[in-house]
Amino acid sequence: MSGTPRTSAVRIALVLPDMLGTYGDRGNVAVLAERLRLRGIDSEVVEINAGEFVPADCDLYMIGGGEDVAQLVAVRHLRQQGTLVAAAERGAVVLAICAGMQILGTSFVGSDGVVHGGLGLLDVSTRPMPKRAIGELVVRPDPAFGSELLTGFENHGGCTYLGQDARPLGAVLSGVGNGVNAVEGAVQGRVIGTYLHGPCLARNPQFADRLLSMVTGTELAPLSIPEVDALRAERLRAVGIR
Amino acid sequence: MVVGLVGSRDPGKRRRTLAATKLGKGAAWLSRTAGLGEGGIIGGRVAMALDRDVLSGLAAGRTVVLVTGTNGKTTTTSMVARALSAAGPVASNSTGANMPDGHVAALMARPDARYAVLEVDEMHLDVAAEQTRPAAILLLNLSRDQIDRVGEVRTVAARLRQVVVDNPQAVVVANADDPMVVFAAEPARRAVWVSVGGGRWTGDAASCPKCGERIDVSVERWACSCGLRRPEPAWSVHGQTVVTDGGRELELQLNLPGQVNYGNAALAMATVAQLGVVPEAALPRIREVSEVAGRYGDLVIGGRKVRLLLAKNPAGWHEMLQLVRTSGRPVMLVVNAREADGFDLSWLWDVPFEQLAGAQVVVAGERAADMAVRLRYARVDVTMNPDPVEAVRLAPPGDLDVIANYTAFRMLRVKGEA
Repeated sequence: MSGTPRTSAVRIALVLPDMLGTYGDRGNVAVLAERLRLRGIDSEVVEINAGEFVPADCDLYMIGGGEDVAQLVAVRHLRQQGTLVAAAERGAVVLAICAGMQILGTSFVGSDGVVHGGLGLLDVSTRPMPKRAIGELVVRPDPAFGSELLTGFENHGGCTYLGQDARPLGAVLSGVGNGVNAVEGAVQGRVIGTYLHGPCLARNPQFADRLLSMVTGTELAPLSIPEVDALRAERLRAVGIR
Repeated sequence: MVVGLVGSRDPGKRRRTLAATKLGKGAAWLSRTAGLGEGGIIGGRVAMALDRDVLSGLAAGRTVVLVTGTNGKTTTTSMVARALSAAGPVASNSTGANMPDGHVAALMARPDARYAVLEVDEMHLDVAAEQTRPAAILLLNLSRDQIDRVGEVRTVAARLRQVVVDNPQAVVVANADDPMVVFAAEPARRAVWVSVGGGRWTGDAASCPKCGERIDVSVERWACSCGLRRPEPAWSVHGQTVVTDGGRELELQLNLPGQVNYGNAALAMATVAQLGVVPEAALPRIREVSEVAGRYGDLVIGGRKVRLLLAKNPAGWHEMLQLVRTSGRPVMLVVNAREADGFDLSWLWDVPFEQLAGAQVVVAGERAADMAVRLRYARVDVTMNPDPVEAVRLAPPGDLDVIANYTAFRMLRVKGEA
């Protein structure tokens, strides 16, 4: 999928925003589509609500965070349909946030206190954490996801253990992240999970562009949006970095 | 029945309440005299420190209405209090101090009042109800509000449901259009359902509070496969008209702007009707409400006249954006993220700011940059300065509409001139 620039529109799927979209996660799709538009690349956003079919032919899938009950219903829907797993196995890029990352793992503990099987796209398992992690989170990413620090907000009660096949998205500089070994998130092939919740791409343009490059197969020229620079500087300063 | 005598029948308890109240009032006087504030809250705190049950003592013998929900609490409380004054003197925490100390302060200030109408923070309804044994509970709506502080919406709905179960003496007046509220009010021994009309935020109600399955809330008669469904409303709002439980149609003609306030007025009328105030007596009093604790009021900031609007969460922003879009004035948005606002601003991305495209928008507040980025990605023309007084100069000429979140709103009220 690399080398030749694409000519068709990039298809971005927003998966189950009505169940997994509690924290402004849909903002990521708005950011991706606008960053493509500013470079003259067309995109099409496909919003899939519960009860609707997840198409298998999108280029990028975004799954957000959600409340505990919705998480169990969402994993059932996605397993029944099977298309998200098929798309990921075909090589589509998947960005899964917070509860979205948990259900893409091999197992997680639901609001019922029971261990549930996940979709198995990420070799991670999630168990309850003694104290909920809430606050600013700063991560030094794996170089594959850019040189800029990742900044965001986390709000989760899950401790996520990485298995052999997954590697972390980055190292925690401030905040909690996965709650194990001071690392954050999970990467396995083209599936990426993170506890940087909600609209995390709004604060992390380099990360957003890395995801887009994975889809388009081309390096994208940086964009200058001064408000984004101001926001990043302010948020990093707020936790005493730089 | 003993009329005009408010207080507990237990003489020991009455003495404790009286003593605590006296000292609380002394503290309030000291606070006012020292120029520290209006003194209400400190008085309430002192009285509570001296007598843990002071609220129940102060509430005894009164007919109490508790008003809660995510949005419209202060406005609706003011409407209910005004309407109920047709029946007799009313004590009320009209400034929005909606925690127990605010309730104590409100009741201390009006020992003569037979009625009390109290705005209650959602997470404190259990305590307030246990102490005041309300005659009526009014449930407005439930949506995400400062989620990192208050907890998930469903958790709040479940807590309110328990309060309803624990207070069988209370008639529950509830919004029939909101699945979260219906879930909370469902077990009521006596419920009065009100359909509040259109223009509401439904973003948090898509997944059923009872079972988690999807509910299609875009249809009026929503229903979930688990059995939770919209109850048949006794009262309903259609445009600017309210249809009463008696089938009478009344034009609301409020002084407050916004579709959302028609629903609030209908809920207020349904509540006081349960206490014997007929709609024809209630409505003229409700119409007198034109500004509530500074909301919808005019101010001068940086030499410019502004109409100040409060929005604390996605549902509130949605309502206020509808309002400013129709006014056509230049817009300033002011956002902070202090503890009372919630530290997390992710919700900015759930609000359809795209509808401001084409407008010249100025942003200010401690978190102006978050708002600016949101608007930039919505393709809205934006200029920013964290200081609202400076920012106001960046706006195009003319009177402004200013939407601010909680602590930003309070800051502007201090900075602005009435």
